[in-house]
Amino acid sequence: MKGRGLHIYALVYLVFLYAPIVLLPLFAFNDGTTIAFPLQGFTLDWFRALVTTPALHEATLNSLIIAISTAVLSTCLGLFAARAATRYRFPAKPVIVGFIMLPLVLPEIIVAISLLVVMLQLGLSLSIWTIIAGHTLICVPFAIAILQGSFSNMDRSLEEASVDLGETPLTTFRLVTLPLVMPGIIASLLICFTISLDEFIIAFFLSGNEPTLPVYLWGQLRFPARLPVIMALGTILVGLSVGLLITAEFFRRRGLRRAGLPDSGGFL
Amino acid sequence: MKDKTPPRPIITLEGVHKYYGDYHALRGIDAEIGEGEFFSLLGPSGCGKTTLLRAIAGFEDISSGRILLDGTDMEGVPPNRRPTNMVFQSYAIFPHLSVAENVGFGLRKAGMGNAEKARAVGEALEMVGLGGYGDRAAHALSGGQRQRVALARALILKPKVLLLDEPLSALDKKMREQMQSELRRLQRQVGITFILVTHDQEEALIMSDRIAVMFEGEIAQLAPPQELYRRPASRRVGEFIGMMNFLPATIMSEASGKLQVEVPGLGKAELERAQCPGPANPGPGEIGLRPESLTVLFDGQDAERVAPGKVEEVTYYGDMTYYDVRLEGAPNNVTVSMRNMPGRPVLARGEATKLAWDARAMVLFG
Amino acid sequence: MSQSSGFSKALRTDAGKGLILISPTALFAILLLAAPLTSIVLLSFWTQNFLTIDRTFTLANYSEALTDPLYRSLMLRSVKISLSVTAVTVLLAFPIAYFVSFHVRPSRKSLWLFLITIPFWTSYLIRVFLWRVILAYDGPVNGTLIGLGVIDEPLSWILYNSNAVVITLAHAFAPFAILPIFVSLEKIDRSFLEAAQDLGETKLMTFFRVTLPLAVPGVLAAALIVMIPTVGDYVTPRLVGGSGGTMIANMIYAQIFDLNDRPMGATLAVGGMIIVGSIALALVLLTRRWTRARS
Repeated sequence: MKGRGLHIYALVYLVFLYAPIVLLPLFAFNDGTTIAFPLQGFTLDWFRALVTTPALHEATLNSLIIAISTAVLSTCLGLFAARAATRYRFPAKPVIVGFIMLPLVLPEIIVAISLLVVMLQLGLSLSIWTIIAGHTLICVPFAIAILQGSFSNMDRSLEEASVDLGETPLTTFRLVTLPLVMPGIIASLLICFTISLDEFIIAFFLSGNEPTLPVYLWGQLRFPARLPVIMALGTILVGLSVGLLITAEFFRRRGLRRAGLPDSGGFL
Repeated sequence: MKDKTPPRPIITLEGVHKYYGDYHALRGIDAEIGEGEFFSLLGPSGCGKTTLLRAIAGFEDISSGRILLDGTDMEGVPPNRRPTNMVFQSYAIFPHLSVAENVGFGLRKAGMGNAEKARAVGEALEMVGLGGYGDRAAHALSGGQRQRVALARALILKPKVLLLDEPLSALDKKMREQMQSELRRLQRQVGITFILVTHDQEEALIMSDRIAVMFEGEIAQLAPPQELYRRPASRRVGEFIGMMNFLPATIMSEASGKLQVEVPGLGKAELERAQCPGPANPGPGEIGLRPESLTVLFDGQDAERVAPGKVEEVTYYGDMTYYDVRLEGAPNNVTVSMRNMPGRPVLARGEATKLAWDARAMVLFG
Repeated sequence: MSQSSGFSKALRTDAGKGLILISPTALFAILLLAAPLTSIVLLSFWTQNFLTIDRTFTLANYSEALTDPLYRSLMLRSVKISLSVTAVTVLLAFPIAYFVSFHVRPSRKSLWLFLITIPFWTSYLIRVFLWRVILAYDGPVNGTLIGLGVIDEPLSWILYNSNAVVITLAHAFAPFAILPIFVSLEKIDRSFLEAAQDLGETKLMTFFRVTLPLAVPGVLAAALIVMIPTVGDYVTPRLVGGSGGTMIANMIYAQIFDLNDRPMGATLAVGGMIIVGSIALALVLLTRRWTRARS
């Protein structure tokens, strides 16, 4: 196991990981109607076309509503479950927590199909709300994983100290617990927002006639002429995701610093 | 030592039991803790001392019995409404607040003005030797400083009882010794009852007015340090506090408050009845002897009661030397501690020796 | 009165508080996961009669799914592709995890992990689509290889077949494989390796006799995490798989939306779950056996 050889392999692997993302802006700014080499020249036409596509704006709005609702809902549900799981011992705990975490190990198509079948059988119409429900289902496990980290990093005697010093359990939550898990809450909001914004399968099955951004994108992939515009859109989305991710990472590290803990890796 | 008249009890424990499911953590604790007393709960881990402390603070519901705090039954009173404050083992310094905000945390509802609060915080910090540290971030403090902040934070509320859960266990040896004397000074200064939980018998002996030794959820002995050391109530207490030698003994007779005992290796001894904490029925028993109550006799020295033996092991500590000696006719070794004074030799392994002993230093377990 | 105080006391215990606290999340999961899963299992035992559902219990769907060569080959292919993806992803990921754990300075480790996870958070759809561009007949891979003189004619076996699906999914699930392996490597006490070398092993043999066995739980976890979602992937087979690369998810979609046979779709979904479940169970048992043998 030579360090030098491994280092080269690692760099090649990073190229493999980043290849698609690097291509994205290349074609987004490429003055040619086909997505192929050689590149033609620089243009901003594709970005301008984004501004003049109402269907895209509608899909974006849908996606934003869904992503924000999902983030808030998942984080709230995640808070309850993470708090219960880290703080209390109760009967059937592994079963209950395991079941809530189940979507993490269930192929998304299964979640999508079962929700769709129930909606159809119940005669409920598909809407933004069905997507929010589906997205919340798959985001809650992520929220729990992040928040569980924050809760278990927190010394339990901090809350006891607050109660001992005269605060009620409720004011203790506001004065001590909440500020200390706040970095986790923000990270959870950001991660759930990102997952929901990017999620395709559930949205595809449950969207009805209110497409999300990925569903709209999927529809556009069939039209070769629209591809450069998609590349432009993709560039913006990737930029946004990376920005959000860096923010989330910033908050996570700050949380660790506050709790005086060593950094032990990323989110997953 | 405080004066002999017992102080007014501030805490009364009556038949306190605590179950965790099937586990019987506290098995009938009865005790009175006096006003202004420095009281220690001492025992090995898992003996229930921390559970008892947390029950007094209100963090654990007790299964049966009563805890009276200044005459009031604490059943159903949550920790935030009990006149007790706690110094946690981890210190539990709020990492998101400054030192001053930590110390002033409990004053939020005290109805003080900001200036008054700031003055109280300043005084509390001054008292623990951290004057001027108020603006520091909590996570930038050293272990000893955290401990002082925790103390100031609890004492600023003027509790009737201060509870300390192994507060010195996270500190290094030197810092621990410094904090031990500082805690005693603080306790005398504020005059508040301190209840200290510790597994360190030396710490308990140094600091306490009285100590409750706990094993398996029960108080094995409750006594001032000197009594605890000199007259342990059981072999187990004797073993737990300091070092103790045990030799089998035969209880011959009891007459006019004196006990006649035959100890193989030492000979016959006459003991006061008070030297035997339990019943003293004639028959087999055991005597306990501290290492320092046996003395190695060097050339030319003699004593009233002398027992011959052989040095089996020598352990040299610098200031002291510990000898394991097998007395003639004794079934097991005894350990003897000798101060290394100028001109006094250190014996070698295998040398024959003579030990002087005194029946007044013995404890008899029936 | 004693009863009510007993009840309120029960609520004050850990068990009571914990159950109350977790109940909103648990109810949500029961409503939106347990109920739907139960209903597709039910649906899979019914049949579609033009526009109405025939609710008589039957195993017809299952016997069709197991006997019809179309479904059979589809399921087999899904498993085969998923297992190849798992193998490729884990094999490619292990050296990276090893590199970051053993050869990167501790202060730089989280930066490397961050770099590895970033691509994962960008639009899945667009990433998969870009592989179509990269692997295309006139794409950069073929262009580079021809330019270097490695090949004379563009490779056609890298797009619109199961190879393309494997490459694309191996890319998409890379961080899922790297992180668990990294975690298990990080846990290895470095003095074990020094001990092995002190006892006369070479560095290479130390790796095979100490490092690798201790990393096995992480490798198996990685395999599990990659395998589960890839069996049910819909996007990748559609975009880069061509007709030879379709998988079970595509058929489920076709049954429900194109053929309007919901019970058959449900049956295939349940079949998919059973496949995922049994492979997962096998891997979990393997892990457990391994760790038990070691402890």
